[in-house]
Amino acid sequence: MATLNLVHLYPTVLNLYGDRGNITTLSRRCAWRGHELRVHDLNMGEAFPEVEVDLVFIGGDQDREQGVVVDDLRRGHATRIEALVADAVPLLAVCGGYQLLQKYYRPAEGQDLVGLGIFDAHTLHPGHEVARRVGNIVVAWERGTIVGFENHGGRTFLEGGTAPLGTVLKGFGNNGEDGTEGARVANAFGTYVHGSLLPKNPELADYILQLAFARRYPDVSLAALDDGLEQQAHEVALVRAQERL
Amino acid sequence: MILAVGAAKATSVLTRTTGRGGGTALPGLVALHVDPHLVEKLAGQLAEGSVLITGTNGKTTTSQMLESILRSAGLAPLRNRSGSNLLRGIASSLAGEAGVLGKLSDEVRLALFEVDEAAMPGILRAVKPRRALLLNLFRDQLDRYGEVATVARLWKDAVAALDPSAQVIANADDPLIVDAVSGSAAPVTFFGIESTAAPTSGMEHASDVKACPRCGGAMQFDVVFLGHQGHYSCSHCDLRRPTPEVSAREVVLDGLNGSKFVLRTATAETEISVPLPGLYNVYNALAASAGALSLGLSTERCSAGIRATRAAFGRMERLEVGGRTVQVALAKNPTGLNEIVRTVATSPEPLHLLVMLNDNTADGHDVSWIWDADIELLGGRLESVCFAGGRAADMALRFKYADLLDGKQPPKWSVIFDTESAFRQALAWTPAGARLFIIPTYTAMLDVRGLLTRAGHLRAYWEEG
Repeated sequence: MATLNLVHLYPTVLNLYGDRGNITTLSRRCAWRGHELRVHDLNMGEAFPEVEVDLVFIGGDQDREQGVVVDDLRRGHATRIEALVADAVPLLAVCGGYQLLQKYYRPAEGQDLVGLGIFDAHTLHPGHEVARRVGNIVVAWERGTIVGFENHGGRTFLEGGTAPLGTVLKGFGNNGEDGTEGARVANAFGTYVHGSLLPKNPELADYILQLAFARRYPDVSLAALDDGLEQQAHEVALVRAQERL
Repeated sequence: MILAVGAAKATSVLTRTTGRGGGTALPGLVALHVDPHLVEKLAGQLAEGSVLITGTNGKTTTSQMLESILRSAGLAPLRNRSGSNLLRGIASSLAGEAGVLGKLSDEVRLALFEVDEAAMPGILRAVKPRRALLLNLFRDQLDRYGEVATVARLWKDAVAALDPSAQVIANADDPLIVDAVSGSAAPVTFFGIESTAAPTSGMEHASDVKACPRCGGAMQFDVVFLGHQGHYSCSHCDLRRPTPEVSAREVVLDGLNGSKFVLRTATAETEISVPLPGLYNVYNALAASAGALSLGLSTERCSAGIRATRAAFGRMERLEVGGRTVQVALAKNPTGLNEIVRTVATSPEPLHLLVMLNDNTADGHDVSWIWDADIELLGGRLESVCFAGGRAADMALRFKYADLLDGKQPPKWSVIFDTESAFRQALAWTPAGARLFIIPTYTAMLDVRGLLTRAGHLRAYWEEG
């Protein structure tokens, strides 16, 4: 039995759109294989957990909540998170969390929010009169399709050859213009896909877990699980995206 | 207007005779097309004016309770039908009571309008209600409404523009509501739960108030009753829970049977028996009472009316099917589902469930919210569960990742997308004399209710009332 440590950034503030389902999925898929995922919450004003970090997760929330955490994140933990990413620790950032880890976010009104710059990208909000990017989404990535739902006002633009997580097959993705969705830097993944993201995309969940195990437990290989129900939900989402967009 | 009313009536007859549903919204849509000011003109004729009831959860049951209180006092208010809670639904209900000359029947003196939370500002301007009853704001259909904060902002503007002769009745325990009414041009009466003995669960995962809605500071809760409703204050600005003029004290929940509480005002105190289960129905009964009190009725009337309330359309509605008790409990957002799960879990018997998840427009296309609900509370209680609806597999997955589908004594379970087959399987798995809970989203509730109606277990919804 192996133990992994996951740090969940601001779970009490950034938890819209079923973000918790991602943690539940990583945790259950470890447990069903006889391993343990320990989840360490990092909330506002707290010190970074004193553990060997194997995984990092950050979700999203309303604009107000994101404004609340950005200072705490930048002042308190920027160096630590940069070092973890440089050390190939897998990190998953969804929606608002993805935006916070970019260089900056320019809201519809008010000042730019300066982010961590983990992803060489920025996000512009075109104004509240412009339609949000809402709907079912399908993304092609190196191991198949990612399905889910997107709901974001901001448009994200990747810079300097930053690799996207995948290519949009249905939906909008980063900005609805260039066909890219999400970003990948080292083992850090940013995406707009929720739904939750990981339950219906077990290949991505296991890929992230495999990267984490490979760093600390190179001998552990992940046993196959019965993903019949996951595949069924995945296929329903594929059909929905075809019908609706 | 004459044309508009006539058009509404003709459409209503047509939709019913062609069997295309209850004819509750389409006639209004047609009428509004003919005369966009129809609602203003007809609502203005109500001698006692109208009460507007809005919020994310509890609109229909609160309206049902308030209607029951008013009827116990010999009043017969007009009501729009559950689910027809946009402007067109209100136009339909008003046009149904108007003569072809556009004159509202003299017998219709007072109206109760339950209103969609996002449509509330527009309807407030058209209807000009004498009373606005504001229940709560939770995350719901984020793909349609946007963020909760957006709806709260729209409410704030609408309430600030109210006529000063109107009256606002608002939930003191919901910080989003209290902030939204802070600029009200009309006087505000608050209701809230004072009982510190009321069952609490601590802050739920799906809480929508982590930062102060006014200044962004940290919110402190002394007690949380449900979602983000409780006793709170902001650590930074002056937003804090106001002392309610109408309060529920000594709240005692009695499982699936209902609850009791003491309704207190500055001048009276009366025990209330709520025949519907769950703390959320204590809030509904309290809100209905505050509404009735504002109309000049006594606390005794409130007690009599609430005791006589039948469950509304799909809200813990109970019926007998083939020797089984079937109870339909609508759950359309995480807070609602949490309350249903918590209430269902009070059943002393092993649980038989039919959980139905749809992703139609009226449900919200985004089903992520199921991951925000605390399904884990059902651990060790399930004997059988069927999953139905367009997103049945998503819901099954939610149960799987709550570790509810395996373990030492796994329940019987199955994913059956089709409503009728799923219902038949769920009923077959429920032993004679036992109870089957059906937990559907909104359009799934209409599906299963349609099925039960066709089988002769329920009357069609447009025949009720």
